[in-house]
Amino acid sequence: MSTYQEFIQQNEDRDGVRFSWNLWPSSRLEATRLVVPVSCLFTPLKERPDLPPVQYEPVLCSRANCKAVLNPLCQVDFRAKVWACNFCFQRNPFPPSYAGISEVNQPAELMPQFSTIEYIVQRGPQTPLIFLYVVDTCLEEEDLQALKGSLQMSLSLLPPNALVGLITFGRMVQVHELSCEGIAKSYVFRGTKDLTSKQIQEMLGLMKPAATGPQGRPVAPQDAVASCRFLQPVHRVDMNLTDLLGELQRDPWPVPQGKRPLRSTGVALSVAVGLLEGTFPNTGARVMLFVGGPPTQGPGMVVGDELKTPIRSWHDIQKDNARHLKKATKFYEALANRSAANGHCIDIYACALDQTGLLEMKCLSNLTGGHIVMGDSFNTSLFTQTFQGVFSKDFNGDFRMAFGGVLEIKTSRELKVCGAIGPCVSLNSKAPCVSENEMGIGGTNQWKMCSLTPSSTLGIYLEVVNQHNAPIPQGGRGAIQFVTQYQHSNTQKRIRVTTITRNWADAQSQIQHIESSFDQEAAAVLMARLGVFRAESEEGPDVLRWLDRQLIRLCQKFGQYNKEDPTSFRLSESLSLYPQFMFHLRRSPFLQVFNNSPDESSYYRHHFTRQDLTQSLIMIQPILYSYSFHGPPEPVLLDSSSILPDRILLMDTFFQLVIYHGETIAQWQKAGYQEMPEYQNFKQLLKAPQDDANDILETRFPMPRYINTEHGGSQARFLLSKVNPSQTHNNLYAWGQVRIVHPWGRGFMGSLDSEIF
Amino acid sequence: MNVNQHTPMAPPYGQPQPGYGQPGYGQPNYAPLDGGYPAPYAPHNGPASAYHPGIPQQGYSSFTSFPSKAMAANPISDPCSPLDLGPARGPPTSGPPPVQAAPQYNQHSSGDIQNGPPPVTQAPPRPPASMQYNQGGVNMSAQQPSFPQHYGPPPTMHQVTNQMTGMHISSGPPTPAGPGYAPPPSSQPPTSSHYGGTPQPSYSQSHPPASSAPSQPPPSSAPAVSQQYYPSSAPPSQQPFNSLPPTSQQRFVSPVQPQQTFPPSSSSSYSGPAPPPTHTSSAPVTQPQQPFLPPQPPFSSAPSGQPPAFTAGPPPPTQGSFPLQAPPPSSQPGSFPPPGPPPSSVASGQYPSSMPPPPQQQPPQSQPPPFHPGPPPPQSQMPPTSIGQSNHQPPGPQGPPSPTGPLQQPPLQQGMPTGYPPQHNGAFGQVRSPQPGYGGPYPGQPNYGAPAPAPQAQKRLDPDAIPSPQASDMPPVQKSRHRIDPDAIPSPIQVIEDDKAKTNEPFTTGVRGQAPPLVTTNFQVKDQGNASPRFVRCTAYNMPCTADMAKQSQVPLAAVIKPLATLPPDETPPYVVDHGEGGPIRCNRCKAYMCPYMQFIEGGRRFQCSFCSCVTEVPPHYFQHLDHTGKRVDCYDRPELSLGSYEFLATVDYCKNNKIPQPPAFIFLIDVSYNAVKSGLVSIICQELKSLLDHLPRENPEIDSVIRVGFVTYNKVLHFYNVKASLAQPQMLVVSDVSDMFVPLLDGFLVNVNESRQVIESLLDQIPEMFADTRETETVFGPVIQAGLEALKAADCAGKLFVFHTSLPIAEAPGKLKNREDKKLIGTDKEKSLFQPQAGFYNNLAKECVTQGCCVDLFLFPNQYVDVATLGVVPVSTGGSIYKYTYFQAQSDQERFLNDLRRDIQKPVGFDAVMRVRTSTGIRATDFYGSFFMNNTTDVELAGLDCDKAITVEFKHDDKLSEETGALMQCAVLYTSCSGQRRLRIHNMAVNCCSQLADLYRNCETDTIINFLSKYAFRGVLNNPTKAVRDTLVNQCAQILACYRKNCASPSSAGQLILPECMKLLPVYLNCVLKSDVLLPGADVSLDDRAYLRQLISCMDVAETHVFFYPRLLPLVKLESGALPVAVRDSEERLSKGGVYLLETGLHLFLWVGASVQQELLLNIFGTPSFGQIDSSMTSLPVLENPFSQRLREIIESFRAQRSRYMKLVVVKQEDRAELMFKHFLVEDKSASGGASYVDFLCHMHKEIRQLLS
Repeated sequence: MSTYQEFIQQNEDRDGVRFSWNLWPSSRLEATRLVVPVSCLFTPLKERPDLPPVQYEPVLCSRANCKAVLNPLCQVDFRAKVWACNFCFQRNPFPPSYAGISEVNQPAELMPQFSTIEYIVQRGPQTPLIFLYVVDTCLEEEDLQALKGSLQMSLSLLPPNALVGLITFGRMVQVHELSCEGIAKSYVFRGTKDLTSKQIQEMLGLMKPAATGPQGRPVAPQDAVASCRFLQPVHRVDMNLTDLLGELQRDPWPVPQGKRPLRSTGVALSVAVGLLEGTFPNTGARVMLFVGGPPTQGPGMVVGDELKTPIRSWHDIQKDNARHLKKATKFYEALANRSAANGHCIDIYACALDQTGLLEMKCLSNLTGGHIVMGDSFNTSLFTQTFQGVFSKDFNGDFRMAFGGVLEIKTSRELKVCGAIGPCVSLNSKAPCVSENEMGIGGTNQWKMCSLTPSSTLGIYLEVVNQHNAPIPQGGRGAIQFVTQYQHSNTQKRIRVTTITRNWADAQSQIQHIESSFDQEAAAVLMARLGVFRAESEEGPDVLRWLDRQLIRLCQKFGQYNKEDPTSFRLSESLSLYPQFMFHLRRSPFLQVFNNSPDESSYYRHHFTRQDLTQSLIMIQPILYSYSFHGPPEPVLLDSSSILPDRILLMDTFFQLVIYHGETIAQWQKAGYQEMPEYQNFKQLLKAPQDDANDILETRFPMPRYINTEHGGSQARFLLSKVNPSQTHNNLYAWGQVRIVHPWGRGFMGSLDSEIF
Repeated sequence: MNVNQHTPMAPPYGQPQPGYGQPGYGQPNYAPLDGGYPAPYAPHNGPASAYHPGIPQQGYSSFTSFPSKAMAANPISDPCSPLDLGPARGPPTSGPPPVQAAPQYNQHSSGDIQNGPPPVTQAPPRPPASMQYNQGGVNMSAQQPSFPQHYGPPPTMHQVTNQMTGMHISSGPPTPAGPGYAPPPSSQPPTSSHYGGTPQPSYSQSHPPASSAPSQPPPSSAPAVSQQYYPSSAPPSQQPFNSLPPTSQQRFVSPVQPQQTFPPSSSSSYSGPAPPPTHTSSAPVTQPQQPFLPPQPPFSSAPSGQPPAFTAGPPPPTQGSFPLQAPPPSSQPGSFPPPGPPPSSVASGQYPSSMPPPPQQQPPQSQPPPFHPGPPPPQSQMPPTSIGQSNHQPPGPQGPPSPTGPLQQPPLQQGMPTGYPPQHNGAFGQVRSPQPGYGGPYPGQPNYGAPAPAPQAQKRLDPDAIPSPQASDMPPVQKSRHRIDPDAIPSPIQVIEDDKAKTNEPFTTGVRGQAPPLVTTNFQVKDQGNASPRFVRCTAYNMPCTADMAKQSQVPLAAVIKPLATLPPDETPPYVVDHGEGGPIRCNRCKAYMCPYMQFIEGGRRFQCSFCSCVTEVPPHYFQHLDHTGKRVDCYDRPELSLGSYEFLATVDYCKNNKIPQPPAFIFLIDVSYNAVKSGLVSIICQELKSLLDHLPRENPEIDSVIRVGFVTYNKVLHFYNVKASLAQPQMLVVSDVSDMFVPLLDGFLVNVNESRQVIESLLDQIPEMFADTRETETVFGPVIQAGLEALKAADCAGKLFVFHTSLPIAEAPGKLKNREDKKLIGTDKEKSLFQPQAGFYNNLAKECVTQGCCVDLFLFPNQYVDVATLGVVPVSTGGSIYKYTYFQAQSDQERFLNDLRRDIQKPVGFDAVMRVRTSTGIRATDFYGSFFMNNTTDVELAGLDCDKAITVEFKHDDKLSEETGALMQCAVLYTSCSGQRRLRIHNMAVNCCSQLADLYRNCETDTIINFLSKYAFRGVLNNPTKAVRDTLVNQCAQILACYRKNCASPSSAGQLILPECMKLLPVYLNCVLKSDVLLPGADVSLDDRAYLRQLISCMDVAETHVFFYPRLLPLVKLESGALPVAVRDSEERLSKGGVYLLETGLHLFLWVGASVQQELLLNIFGTPSFGQIDSSMTSLPVLENPFSQRLREIIESFRAQRSRYMKLVVVKQEDRAELMFKHFLVEDKSASGGASYVDFLCHMHKEIRQLLS
């Protein structure tokens, strides 16, 4: 279906939207029978170098509960200077500034190619970006040095006017005042005491007696004065802060034998959140938490300081044996919600060989759109480059990050919104288009994403509510409008509006059309998100069963087969890959916890629920390229049969990037042929996968673990664990897992169309 | 034997010996002595003091030797001829010697030595020890006579004078006698001055003379001795003497007693002693002796001087001659000089009848001393005496006595002996008593000069009057009987001066039951087995044997202990004893530490605890053989066996948690709120700390102090500083969570000064700048202390916090206070609440601090009410100090503050201390007053204990005490020294026990009693209405005095006020206590001031309370280098408009300038000729190049150096506004707040007493 392929690709490029179905069944009943819900992956800030923002305010529908933005789908009466909202059919006059409107002089938002348009609006004072470093000092000396270096380096990446702050913690939590000359000054909090936001602000001297109104935040100037002690423009405190970081010492409190260092991560975060809450509510701010171990004291404690008590494992959790889990999770969730409410995002950079409590803390990032980065040590390129990646810039020289995003969805009346899955929190907006049927984070048509990157992608789940007996007129179209307000990294307030429309189709008469409009990639990811979302709250087996059932139902619906003859089973091209995705999903670390620590699971799920479609697919089904003298690199089956002596394999699992030299290649390389001029081609062959890998590394965030190995190499297990279905691996670090030969899935493998890759 | 003993003596502690100075004396003296008498004596003399030497030379040498013995039984010894005595006494002395020996190292030792032999011969080895005590008891009387001790001599002087006065009085008519005396005086007059100086020495010498005199008397002495030594029979007789004498001594009242006592005693023992008479007969000679005495003084001054003295002393020859006779004369003279007294006492006592003449003389003296107060009494008997004298001994009685020749004699004896003798007997104690009784030696001299003085005295009625310099003027005034003459009532100045004049020799602590010189007197101490009075002072050195007696007398039994007192440079600090790994050797049962009182038995294999009688094995490594006296051979090599004060090295068992302590830390917590910054305080502190940090306390001046330091500033929040050496800049860590204090950092907070010097200096430079613009006015306080506490906890060490605080802590935090200043409560039943802390928080905090060994010193700079009562809880409970600078202004208060701060930081201090007072069976330490915390009833816990802190311990009977064993107490303080060493400081104290109330009254120390009463009362205001507390005080004192009157004084008219000699100042001092701001606040005294004073007093020692309650007021007329002008009494009447006066209270220093002061004086002091141009805001005098100015500034400096707190000089111009404040300290006057004047109060007291008696 090249047409649909193109259509899908075009829509994705323009609007950042991929629907599971590109023709919508016209009734609720039909929609339900399709198994995969009408849903989409939406990337609100998809990079659009070709889309210059417009400098005016959007025109809104005047109906109070609609407020849809004027878009190309609206009926416009140029003479009467009115337009009809395509969602509520309200007729609205154009504002005075549109007086000159005419058929030949249309504003951009009325042009079809601007189904996605971005407005720059002037609202409120522009506040600089805020970066608040929260640094664990209970690190090994090496790690601390490396981390200090990274932090110092990051200062140079920040825009000069960005505000920066520093909190360090160990047994105590120190909020460093950056404005003072001479003496380095910091406020210290006890690491064991849960403080309310108000207490924190009082203790930091942020509350002036006069300004303690009911909900009165101190006036801005006063705020600035108070806050400026802790959050200072980079250009002013650059030197100070560099020195301060340079003098940062490991936590001086003695750690007795057999104990973990006391690490007050919970209080540190609480203070960070409280600080920002008190000073810059509803302003884009990034709390960057660097931890080298689990929180061991105070609120948010994940494990006690006794080394003999290991940190909780999945086993413990299943047996309900994790003492601190619930309490800590509750604590961090509360923090995350507060932070989200104020529009501040929290990143977690956890570098340690053991777990660091990501399971408990994941919500901090998940709910606020922050990053989670997991590594072995701060002293690795994985961390340093990932950290730099946070500050990468786009074609305009702006950070690839946005703050305080609010996504609002408006639908035409046949549709309702069930929910969203992604790095967002509900704003609990009860609009008419909100469905009672919740999928993901539902019950609202507005979500907040405290931090967004161009790749941040939400899965949006919809519901067709049109009744079967109320057919939609032929050629009728449904429409959805995504309104994303956010703070651009250059501090501008912007609104991006995407309005899309799809045709309705009668499922009974047009089932073939509907089938061919199926976007199996999007559907796989959307279903996977649902599965992962369920996995967060349900037992693993239940989720797997649910997935299997869905797959079977789908196959029943669309598959063609003869009874009792498995080999006769056929799926149309538009569905052919779907089962394979599901197969890989079943055994992916997103759903399987075996051999993964709780932290790792959290980490993988975190990334899975926010990456765009392409990356998500890679996660579900790693891709494998084969390089040989026989031709250009080609994607090959993720199977042990692909491992050949004269090939170089490049596997990308999103989290790992493995280059594997076949036996022969490895021997040649050892023999040093690549150094010989006459074997230049061999050298190029060796280089080709590396170049490709570098391309991936440059764009990938977070930085994958890069592994260059060969036949028989110890690191080859990363590859073998993915491809060889008959082998069991021990994987110390990541997510190797036992492969289960799925008799049932294997049948589908045969129909794999490698063209898709 | 003697020799042997001597040798041991020497070995003892190298130092101690030196201390005794025998060397100087010894050599010269010895030489002569040796010539005359065997070396043995020499030693005694040596120790005894120069005087002895002198004496010996004179021919008393033998006696001198005796003197030492004499201590115990000089009088007796005296009678015996030197040689004869020697042998004869030997035996008897043996008894005494032990006593002496035990306590006194050198002197005694010498004495002991001499005695020693005898004891061996006579008494069994052990007995000696016991004997010692017993003897002590017995000896007391004997000893008193023995004067050999320093006091003895001096006292004699005074006593003599007193006696003289008494004599005069009694002999009013005697005047002629006076003349008789006069001769000597006249001759002496010139010498008189000598007396002053020399007298003391002379006295001491005199004693010897006395002893010599005794030589004749020997018999008497012998008897006496015999009595003493011969426990059974003699004791009784002696006792009587003692009792009698004491009483007599104490009061002139004694006359009566003397009579009584004497009769028996004299009759019994004395009859034999006929010799005395001879002495008496020699009385004339005595006068010559006096001359001798003078010469003696010279001796005293320099051994070599003796020769000169001799030269001067035509006396020498006389001396030679005198030996026999001389003694007696001396005795009489004694009345004049020392010898007189002792001998006189003895003699008199012994030979009442025979001695008539002398007695008469003496009596007169005694009588004179009696108070002229007579006013009241006058009516009855001796009008004059009645009042004033009443105090002193009812002149009345004396009067009567005087009339009756015989009676007189007894009286005389008593008077002399009793009055003086007792004192003499008391030897040391007596000395004083005489002093008190007799105004000043000088007066005495005049008196001596002529008996006439005595008459005068009578006229005056007041002995005091006589003593007082002003006396000369006074007589006329005094005569008016209707109005009580202020000059006729007991004068503190007189008493003080008498004591000074009397104290010429070092005070040796070896003799049990002897009272040390007054705190106002400069004297040297030689530790011979009891703690120096610098460490321990008791209210009574003769404790009643039974609880009934104690209750009857109402005299508080207490000791003021200053465990870490600083000793003058010429005294050796306590030795440190290491008993090895096993730790100090202690009694198995009561855990008393090894001390001189332990009795070694079974050849030294065991020792018996003298506190609980339990027998404990001696550990093998500590075993030592005993000598024939039952003493360990190494007794003098071991401080713990021969000294009253010493230290043990504590083993790890004595450490907290059984860990060797970390070096302590000092943490400075500085208020940086608006007020502190504005007043300049912060910058002053920071500036000063920079240099002060180089002067942290250390034990070895060569080594840097190991004390670590930390810094915190605070207002509403706390700022800790990281001053780690490796940092380029200090780091500030702000802790705002004041509700739950913690220490934010570990490494870098407490640092070594030298290592982190640069960072610290940088910090101290920056602190004032950082807070220069602060607008924060609220402060916290509780969390500040918690912070320091937590820091010390984190560092696991003890330490001290220096908190500099300005305002009431009203910021929201634990320990938050509210302003509760409500002056309306004053005088109501709720007044007590003002002294109580507002919140229990600080009590708990204090407890925690003590547990950690965290001492808190608080410097307050309030501009308004800060609730000292509450803020002070922690400092007071942790052994800290509070300093208060109200309305602090950098310019005028900086000096005072900085000096206080310097001293406070630099002074030696012990940490994490626990003090325990153990007592021998029969008494028990029941109550403690001071800056400390107590978890149970016995352990006094002090987080910090510095050299200025005193603890008053009250004792109660729980059983009967025995006169033989006396009462022992051992104060052990376990502490961590400033170098981090764990140590035990031990102070041992033994006092006598008495079954006669008179003994009690004769051996009291009023200053200490006042110290106790004030602390008792100031604690009382916490729980009782102030008025009730005042009434309690008055009642108790009235009972004390009434009891005396009833049981000890001679019968006399009820109209007479009769005061014990030792307590004649009780009323005036008590009145001062009652009028203090705490008990009777003026309208302008803030609640904070009262609370501050209340807490301040609680840890004062006797010297401090003395000058606090009775300020020192010096007339600045002629200032001679070397000597201070004689103070005048604290009354406006004593101020001359034309004079300039310096008044010192220990806290304040005023320079009062009369309105019509001489220009020259102004020029000399201020450099300005006009009264109007004096700038009364100056805090220091201009530096002028004239001797007067120089000397005045010297005096001021020396005053400041004496006190633990720096006194700001306030210049007060007469009739200036500031004069009101000054007048507040004229404590003999009626106070603005309604406090009674001295005279009024005395009358009131008299009334109370009469009520009690009727």
